[in-house]
Amino acid sequence: MFITSAYAAADTAAKLGEEAVKKKNVFPPFDPSTFTSQLLWLAITFGIFYFLMARVVLPRIGNILEVRRDRISQDLEEAQRLKEETDASIAAYEQELAEARKNAHTIAREASETAKLAADKERQKTEAKLANTLAQAEQTVRKVKDAALAQIDTIASDTTQAIISRLIGTKVTKAELAKAISKIAK
Amino acid sequence: MATHPDPIKQFAINKLLPLDINGVDLSFTNSSLFMVATVVLTSAYFLWSTGGRGMVPTRSQSVSEIVYEFVAGMLRDSAGSSGMKFFPFVFSLFMFILIINMFGMFPYFLTVTAHIIITIALAMAVFLTVLVVGFGRHGVGFLKLFVPSGVPMLIMPLVIAIEIISFIARPISHSVRLFANMLAGHITLKVFAGFIVSLSAMGTVGIVGSILPFAMTVGMTALEFLVAFLQAYVFTMLTCMYINDALHPGGH
Repeated sequence: MFITSAYAAADTAAKLGEEAVKKKNVFPPFDPSTFTSQLLWLAITFGIFYFLMARVVLPRIGNILEVRRDRISQDLEEAQRLKEETDASIAAYEQELAEARKNAHTIAREASETAKLAADKERQKTEAKLANTLAQAEQTVRKVKDAALAQIDTIASDTTQAIISRLIGTKVTKAELAKAISKIAK
Repeated sequence: MATHPDPIKQFAINKLLPLDINGVDLSFTNSSLFMVATVVLTSAYFLWSTGGRGMVPTRSQSVSEIVYEFVAGMLRDSAGSSGMKFFPFVFSLFMFILIINMFGMFPYFLTVTAHIIITIALAMAVFLTVLVVGFGRHGVGFLKLFVPSGVPMLIMPLVIAIEIISFIARPISHSVRLFANMLAGHITLKVFAGFIVSLSAMGTVGIVGSILPFAMTVGMTALEFLVAFLQAYVFTMLTCMYINDALHPGGH
């Protein structure tokens, strides 16, 4: 038994030595004796890594990106809304401006029409007054003229009587003169 | 051997806390350490940066949001809005692989994705998800995936066979692409960096000559950063396309 175990120990030692020698000659990446350990630790580390990424890190980053995307689209919507509001108020302003311009035109036209009407009326009134005055004046002139014409025979006979009395010293009667004048005037 | 730097040593798995249960090795290794570091750092960053839940994001929160939108856009573009159910899975995959790849760019750090068992496990997770979702959603209709429309009946059996083979090969190509890129890049980087050490040990001429591999190493490092990102992107992109197949098997 003792001997057997000693042999066994020697055998193991020899085997270990053999293994060491073999290990030195084996290309490390193809050394199957390391495979189990590598596989185990790969499974452990990659498993933990996958768990952390899938449960904590990736949802967190995804959430950050989503929140940001939402925020950006929200801000864009808000900007769009404000822009529409601005456009609407600009349009309203333009419309009001156009209306005001139209009103102003109307008022100006009305004013000018009223003024023209008033001026026309005034002119007609003045013209009528002037015509009236003119007519009166003409009537006066005619009256004066008629009066003058009516007296012209008398003046002529008086003047002729005076001229004759001075020239020839004879008194001519009015009746004679009138006869003579009316003869000449004929 | 000791003077010559070993480009393979950087991929060695060291047990930090040996743990053996019934002969099954479950030790906490340097690989486990970097996976834990990735998870802790990435989760902490996301939790910290989004803690403010700012309407106006801070710089750090912006980074988290940009990554979120980037992966979400990738998934939405290839799988439609119904694919967003798998967003946590796709996002976790992308970040996990990306940060692990970036950790691998630090000198003396292990590149966890340069171990095929890791990439196979991730690719199988995607493959099984596609199978479960595909058959769960469409039942036998999921098999329409293998029958492209508009193919003449004569060559249909051939096309179906090719489709099935390419479908089964998916987890292999999916995992090997990431694994091989990370592995090859880091080996190349180490080999060129090793040239600097070997050359400069040869005296003045060697030191002058080592400028060449040094420049190469610098350039390769930049390229490796690109590859580290690109492979995480490609892995995720393919995942999105496979998920699309599971959701819309007839639509390709």
